Amino acid sequence: MAEQIIIPAGGDKPNQDVFSETLQRLAATDKNIIAVTSDSRGSGKLVPFGKSFPKQIVEVGIAEQNLVGVAAGLASCDKKVFAVSPACFLTARALEQIKNDICYSDNSATVVGISAGVSYGALGSTHHSLHDFAVLRAINNIIIVAPADNFETVKATELAAESKHPVYLRFGKRVMPSLKEDNSDGFEFGKGRVITEGSDVAIIANGETVYPAVKAAEKLKANGIAATVVSMHTIKPLDTELLMKLAATCKAIVTVEEHSVYGGLGEACASYLLQHGYAKPFKIMGIPDEYTITGPQLDIFKHYGISEEGIADEVTKLLR
Amino acid sequence: MTTEDLKIKSINYRKNILKYIVGANAGHTGGSLSCTDILNVLYNHVLNVSPQNFSSPDRDRYVQSKGHCVEALFVVLADKGFFPEEDLNTLCKYKSHYIGHPTKKVKGVEQNTGALGHGLPICVGTAIAAKLDEKDFRVFTLMGDGELPEGSNWEAALSASHYKLDNLCAIVDKNSLQITAPTADVMNTDPLDKKWEAFGWAVKEVNGNDIDELKAAFAALPFEKGKPSVIIAHTTKGKGVSFMENELKWHHGVPNKEQYQQAINELDKSLTEVTA
Repeated sequence: MAEQIIIPAGGDKPNQDVFSETLQRLAATDKNIIAVTSDSRGSGKLVPFGKSFPKQIVEVGIAEQNLVGVAAGLASCDKKVFAVSPACFLTARALEQIKNDICYSDNSATVVGISAGVSYGALGSTHHSLHDFAVLRAINNIIIVAPADNFETVKATELAAESKHPVYLRFGKRVMPSLKEDNSDGFEFGKGRVITEGSDVAIIANGETVYPAVKAAEKLKANGIAATVVSMHTIKPLDTELLMKLAATCKAIVTVEEHSVYGGLGEACASYLLQHGYAKPFKIMGIPDEYTITGPQLDIFKHYGISEEGIADEVTKLLR
Repeated sequence: MTTEDLKIKSINYRKNILKYIVGANAGHTGGSLSCTDILNVLYNHVLNVSPQNFSSPDRDRYVQSKGHCVEALFVVLADKGFFPEEDLNTLCKYKSHYIGHPTKKVKGVEQNTGALGHGLPICVGTAIAAKLDEKDFRVFTLMGDGELPEGSNWEAALSASHYKLDNLCAIVDKNSLQITAPTADVMNTDPLDKKWEAFGWAVKEVNGNDIDELKAAFAALPFEKGKPSVIIAHTTKGKGVSFMENELKWHHGVPNKEQYQQAINELDKSLTEVTA
């Protein structure tokens, strides 16, 4: 395991930049770390990686199915492979390769969806990935992770490199502030991170929606509502222990994600809770079943209520 | 192994393919019989793969992209000692690992395949790994001619020549029939040699049911330094059983008792001729 690096509070980079920096650090001491790209080293911030380790990057051109097949073949020879491509293409066009070549054959490659969700805002629905959690959740043998800040990104990348089974990492382009002053509680796949604690409502978010959830919790606090905010970075396996704890202690649960309201984090939580006796107010926030309005990512977020105000309003309504 | 020995093996493999397909009441008969000789020569004459070295990183790799013809692979793997042949009596039965497509749960199988167009991309990755590690093992994949319209094959073909993977060999089992109709009528891929050449591959065409021609082709690998090799193996679907040869219905037809007996009789007759 590479030495731990501590990212100071106030993390100030896009997660996908931190991913590529972490990968570069790992590659420096491990020649088995291989990045596979589909003309995506620029957007994946892997240009420096490619320059530093030309023998540890495999370019396949704009060919996502081959990207994943090649990654599987490399992983079968004990390479620690990261197949990096925009999430929108990777998880749709190459879904069968992810399902069969990576997951079914258990070739322990990491599939890295960059510029995920609506990161590509104004480029439109061809470039949005609002389906990736849903499709991958229905595939056996893949850990699905959407880190929320730079610290989670570093840790997730390190864990993925050592994972003996397939992993999906999902990153966005926006600068992500650090969620906690103190990261000593660590990070592991399948264990949600509690960012703030309060017993009125639990807001469970992931990826780039955790930050607005934290801001919403601050706003709610000013109005006398105490919220627990959880970064549920791992959607599969879900931290059901934490989920049940939240169900027991809070009056309502809201989930927030940069994904369709169908099939993602919200439905994963709802499904588990409903089958285990939860009967309190519950709301899934995300992108509704439509081709989204376009514009900058944050404008899209605001439009659909994924914002400090939107989340706070939804919580307030739910607690009435 | 001599050509005569290999010919005898091919006939016995064909008998076993039919035996276990009948036992399972399922299977891809025609295609398994068309690629029998290819698998026979690969496993008994070419590949450095055995039950003893199967966990060695230096073993040769074989990935069956046309996974539906798993029966041919299973009988060859059983003959090579990867598992007891009687295990194949459970083919396609409840909870058996011996299912209708290759799975790594069966010792000797490198990758789970069955969806078409997957073998070559995986083999490209494996061949790149060999180059990176400066290892001498070689990588082989068997593809059907019917699976060639899958675009992922050509993505992989491009990258194989781009990376000069002369440690990679694709074999196309060109039996010219697929589930619906003759391949040329479903989606014509001819002239196949020109297509592979255009993608930067070195090409050889052989009679894929002729042991000597197969041996000679594999012995000539790589056909050109710095280029991946493809063997276009012209075969007969249903090879070895007169009423199955070039008959579409035997793509995944299962012989009844009388047909099975006739097929075995014909193969036994061939065996007598070879050993005479």
